[in-house]
Amino acid sequence: MDGAEPQLALDISGLSKSFAGRMAVDCLDLRVKAGEFYMLLGANGAGKTTTLRMIVGLLQPDYGAISVYGINALAEPIAAKQVMAWLSDEPMVYDKLTPVEYLDFIAGLWSVPREKGAATGMALLDLLGLAPHAGSRCESLSKGMRQKVALAGALVHDPKLIVLDEPLTGLDAHSARIVKDILRNRLRAGCAVIMTTHILDVAERMADRIGVIEQGRLIAEGTMAELRVQAGRDNADEAGASLEEVFLTLVAAPPPPDAEGGD
Amino acid sequence: MQAGTLAWFAQQEWRLTWRDWQAMIRGRRRGGIAVLLLLALTAAVLLHVFAAIMLHPNPALAEAPDKQVLVIVSGIVAISWSLMLSQAMEAVTRAFYARGDLELILTSPANAARLFAVRILAMVVVAAMTVLLLSVPFVNVLTWRGGVHWLAIYPVIMAMAMLAVTVAILLAVALFHAIGPSRTRLASQIVSAVIGAVFAIILQFAALLFIGTADRLAFLTSARVLAAMPDPGSRVWLVADAVLGEVLPLLLVIAVAAAVLAVVTALMAPRFGGIVLACASIGDGAAAKPASRSAFRNTTPRQSFRRKEWILLRRDPWLLSQTLVQVLYLLPAAYMVWLAFDKGIAAETILVPLLVTAAGQFAGGVAWLAISGEDAPDLIQTAPVPQAWLLRGTFEAVTSSTLIVFVPFLLALAVLSPAGGAACLAGIVLAALSATAIQHSFRLQARRGRLRRRQTASRLTTYIEALSSIAWATAAALASTGSWLAALPIGIALLTVGMAWLVGPSRGGTAAPSRGYERPGPQRR
Repeated sequence: MDGAEPQLALDISGLSKSFAGRMAVDCLDLRVKAGEFYMLLGANGAGKTTTLRMIVGLLQPDYGAISVYGINALAEPIAAKQVMAWLSDEPMVYDKLTPVEYLDFIAGLWSVPREKGAATGMALLDLLGLAPHAGSRCESLSKGMRQKVALAGALVHDPKLIVLDEPLTGLDAHSARIVKDILRNRLRAGCAVIMTTHILDVAERMADRIGVIEQGRLIAEGTMAELRVQAGRDNADEAGASLEEVFLTLVAAPPPPDAEGGD
Repeated sequence: MQAGTLAWFAQQEWRLTWRDWQAMIRGRRRGGIAVLLLLALTAAVLLHVFAAIMLHPNPALAEAPDKQVLVIVSGIVAISWSLMLSQAMEAVTRAFYARGDLELILTSPANAARLFAVRILAMVVVAAMTVLLLSVPFVNVLTWRGGVHWLAIYPVIMAMAMLAVTVAILLAVALFHAIGPSRTRLASQIVSAVIGAVFAIILQFAALLFIGTADRLAFLTSARVLAAMPDPGSRVWLVADAVLGEVLPLLLVIAVAAAVLAVVTALMAPRFGGIVLACASIGDGAAAKPASRSAFRNTTPRQSFRRKEWILLRRDPWLLSQTLVQVLYLLPAAYMVWLAFDKGIAAETILVPLLVTAAGQFAGGVAWLAISGEDAPDLIQTAPVPQAWLLRGTFEAVTSSTLIVFVPFLLALAVLSPAGGAACLAGIVLAALSATAIQHSFRLQARRGRLRRRQTASRLTTYIEALSSIAWATAAALASTGSWLAALPIGIALLTVGMAWLVGPSRGGTAAPSRGYERPGPQRR
């Protein structure tokens, strides 16, 4: 090891967003390194999706800074978007386009050269088991297949930061495994992933680090071992406490003293 | 009330409709509601004045109806009925393909046929509504001047709506069985569009052919038509007699309409569930269709966006049917060009505004599809391209699509009058650009399938769009004659677009100015 710190893929500081006077994200600080799989957990309405939507430029924060690979995402959104991909739980694909046309469109938007776009697109469709349906319109595909088309769209331009909001919703076990394998390969290639999920088993097995968000604030963060310590579930009897147990302990605990009202 | 009964389903449907309506009203800004009320009141007054002017010179109102009155009334009933049938076809198709709560109902132990029976009755109300609303000022004036027997128009309209829904159900079911669920949707949309336009167009063609004018009323009252029609008292005039308030024909029309609707409802309502399920499972087990690598193209982001828009517009079933209707409506105009060319008459003064207005309205629909009907707003907004590029791509796609539809008519006009053709081309391009700008100012993300409801969802946008089209049409017509007065409507058109930009919801709110595709509604957390 040369001791050099991996590049920061995502650096968020003081990020805040309120809706109608109610804080959805409250002064959030968060860092994800290149090659790291960061899982953002929280109960419904905790502020996970709002955070992700601000990262990818779908929502304007009230305060705070977002840096993607050193690019100020708020000041230079185009440059930041060039290296990011976004995938939500609702597959937003065009009903009247075929998967190939959809990938072609995305490759065009991200200015991917034709040969590279075609090769990556076809490889992704093949990998996701969509090659036989590559010429069928998306309206004729099942929800899980549409989700896979959307995932292929998120990956076709070879992003360096992948932002995923519940990407496994609607996928069968085999497809979910393929998606996880694809993400692992991307991580090995130096890509960073930030993802939300309610499937805690997946989070426990895949994540390098986990952040737990509650009422818009990060209440705990770290590796599984570190989270167990933070949750007080690290004694000898509970050394193997699952993420589910740790998570429920963390979110059930009273919020830190400065959580109410912010600063 | 006992659950699962017809009345229970009717109450449930009414509650849902009422809450939809409430949500639509509450969703507006306070100023928007005031403007809406003001516009509705103004429209009501203007329609009454219009009705009074139209019906003023007619001495036949208080007298026994002659053949001429019977022909006119029957003609109006036929045109209204074709409109009702068109709306009923749309409503039946929607009922087949809408999933909504149907999966819940169909998987419950309740008798779904009762729900479908209620929905068929709701279709009758929907089919009658437009004609009822439009006829109120005329009925009021007729009742005031001619007597209360004119109130018979209302039950006749309801009877006509019942017949329209009956025919629509039979047609849609026949299409379903003939061509299958996957093709029925597009086919019935096309059939609906054609039915809505065809009778009015046939009348216009007949008027052009036989009496040399586009005036349908003049054709109906021409000596040639009157001579060919049977005398008063014939059964042919049964519906007209009912409209004129004769008790027996009125009762007969209502009874026949109610009876056929009841029979068709009793026969078809139990089959609706099966049809809906067949329509809902169109995608299941879809045939695999691999693509070749050559499908990928090397394009810039803007080209890519424009190409996507073209493909989506080309594959949009509503746009196909709408284009067909536009073309159908323009056929009499094309025929007029031919007649004018033959006789050396300057037809461009009529045709230029007609074509520009039609193009403006068409472009409004296309622009709505491209802007508000964007299926993947998140994808567009997270793409690394300036929103201005995408906006330019939208303008290009809308304008070029509009031009493609209107080019044949433009060419015909240009042969007749190059100046008229040039003015018309400029008018169409400017009307399309303005319609796109207006839609962009009032953009509100929605499913593409909601397009048909866009005009009821935002009346303000509809009026601004119409004003802009009319202003550009007037400007083009004046420009084609070389008049400098064209500057006046040009100014009005530009003001309209500016006004849309100023009052449009997308300028205010939380959307940053540079972000073109803000997702509406409450944000998920």
